[in-house]
Amino acid sequence: MSDDWPLFEVFIRSRAGLEHKHVGSVHAADARMAIEHARDVYTRRQEGVSIWVVRSADISASDPEEAEALFEPARDKVYRHPTFYVIPEEVKNL
Amino acid sequence: MSAAFPGGNDRAQHEAQLRYVLRLADTALVLGQRLSAWIGHAPALEEDLGLANLALDLIGQARLLLAYAGELEGRGRDEDALAFLRDAPEFANLTLAEQPNGDFGHTLVRQWLIDTWQLEIYQGLTTSRDTRLAAIAAKALKETRYHHRFSSGWLARLGDGTEESHARVQGALDELWRFTAELFTPDEIDERMHAAGIAPALPELALGWSARVDQDLAVATLRRPATQPYPWHGKRGVHSEHLGHLLGEMQHLQRTYPGAQW
Amino acid sequence: MYTQALDTHGKEPVPAAAGESGGLAARFQARIDAEEKIEPKDWMPEAYRHTLIRQISQHAHSEIVGMLPEGNWITRAPTLRRKAVLIAKVQDEGGHGMYLYSAAETLGIAREEMLAQLLSGAARYSSIFNYPTLTWADVGAIGWLVDGAAIMNQIPICRCSYGPYARAMVRICKEESFHQRQGFEIMLTLAQGSPAQRAMAQDALNRWWWPSLMMFGPSDADSKHTAQSMRWKIKRFSNDELRQKFIDITVPQAHFLGLTIPDDALCWDEAAQHYRAGPIDWSEFQAVLKGDGPCNHERIEARRAAHEAGRWVREAAAAHAARERARATRAA
Repeated sequence: MSDDWPLFEVFIRSRAGLEHKHVGSVHAADARMAIEHARDVYTRRQEGVSIWVVRSADISASDPEEAEALFEPARDKVYRHPTFYVIPEEVKNL
Repeated sequence: MSAAFPGGNDRAQHEAQLRYVLRLADTALVLGQRLSAWIGHAPALEEDLGLANLALDLIGQARLLLAYAGELEGRGRDEDALAFLRDAPEFANLTLAEQPNGDFGHTLVRQWLIDTWQLEIYQGLTTSRDTRLAAIAAKALKETRYHHRFSSGWLARLGDGTEESHARVQGALDELWRFTAELFTPDEIDERMHAAGIAPALPELALGWSARVDQDLAVATLRRPATQPYPWHGKRGVHSEHLGHLLGEMQHLQRTYPGAQW
Repeated sequence: MYTQALDTHGKEPVPAAAGESGGLAARFQARIDAEEKIEPKDWMPEAYRHTLIRQISQHAHSEIVGMLPEGNWITRAPTLRRKAVLIAKVQDEGGHGMYLYSAAETLGIAREEMLAQLLSGAARYSSIFNYPTLTWADVGAIGWLVDGAAIMNQIPICRCSYGPYARAMVRICKEESFHQRQGFEIMLTLAQGSPAQRAMAQDALNRWWWPSLMMFGPSDADSKHTAQSMRWKIKRFSNDELRQKFIDITVPQAHFLGLTIPDDALCWDEAAQHYRAGPIDWSEFQAVLKGDGPCNHERIEARRAAHEAGRWVREAAAAHAARERARATRAA
């Protein structure tokens, strides 16, 4: 008989207005328990207003081997950044 | 010489109020003490943290209530003097709270029974004419809602888990049920408090409690035991044999080094 | 709390395509040298992975076993405030163990396996927790000395090269600061108390001082594997450096308490501006590491008993979850 509890990844929103951030993982038999465990482990010092838990097995991640192909092409598209554009000082509100 | 008591109450009323607050305080203290013994020995690391959280909440409730009791008493006793220097007959906790931990199932059944009781009591106290008590109850109610989520969740997992877990918790329930007679049986202190608008009426709370109990037991596929007649009297200072041992351990240092600061 | 006994990291595996792996290893070292963080799915030498698994899991085991000596005094804490603070501290230690098990699991080892290693005696944990807590003053001494030493070990690891371990350490260090303060506060109250309490505090210091110094691990000359761990930025300061820092910080604190460090040879080196401690009895350290300390047996037995006694509970929760999932599937 199994006494194994699967791993869940934990995401906490620490304050209204912020996104959920990954803080670690907990073991639990089910999602309800995972939330209680996450609450007891990760929000003891008032660091939480919202908890998400996801089974670790359900997380899809990008492959670090493909990091170059996934992320490098964005690097040379500097025209996406406002500092690329030179606007004369006298022009306001741009 | 008759002294004036807070709220212009007479002596009997004042004594009843003090006694009432001590019942709440001591129940939280004794239960917190019981739970704290689990830390480092729970079925999983996550449950060590969960049980520690419950213990901290209950000890916190005890501290607030004992501090208030000390003020009501007016003899200069603070939370520690009341916790560490009273003997068993002066403790007013529910007999249920002092029962031994047993296995995890036993502890969870005891916890769930007191959580369901505290839900009714604290909810009722939020509208108390005693504003101090109402404030403490409002804070404690939030904690108790989480405690009940925890304990009823475990009741369901263990009741509707494996054959072994079902047998263990049904056994624990059968054994602890006799202590529930004390939960909502009013005595003259409860009646005085209700008449003064300080405490809710127990018979009404009993209905709410019974309905919630039936609901939780159904989910857990557990059988509600038959009512048992023996009326335990922990609230009146007549305890089971367990309290003496619990206090002996808890009070050891203060008793061995009288007057010391810690 | 940091474990001092870093086992051998072993050799790097001989790869099929030697040239390719050589390139990977060089790129890996370059990332480390550039203070980049290594994350879970990144390529890493097998030896790096194994060293980290061993170090992180031993660190986690130390936290869990560390709950026991202080947990021993929870039901007997002398005031309600001390009881609440001690519960919170021990709860934190359990939490720290969890952060660390979490970090280790990102390297491909399951918590079940790590627990099995602990219970079988295959894994080590910090030797300091194999000593008994005999009086309330021991609780103070542990907070002051053991947590103090742990903090000193842990702060550098916040900059360790492996991301999840570094992040866990940042969380732990933030929480650790109250641990040491509560311990010192207990010692201060005792030192300023009755003669019996002062004697209790001195007795605890006598018993915990040397084991605390041993927490930093063997002398650098006797520590074979520090070099590679330093190159991989897993270890950032040597054992002796950290131990010296601890002594320099703690001796004045003991003087403030009016207590005597149990070291007749302890003296101040004016030229070097350091305290010089007497010789450490490493044979005691070795014995405790091997399993012959005062409480090794009791600590592991306690963990084993809890694990066994809790088996029916874990099984019930898993069975219940399976049944709920089946119900949900049928209803869908």
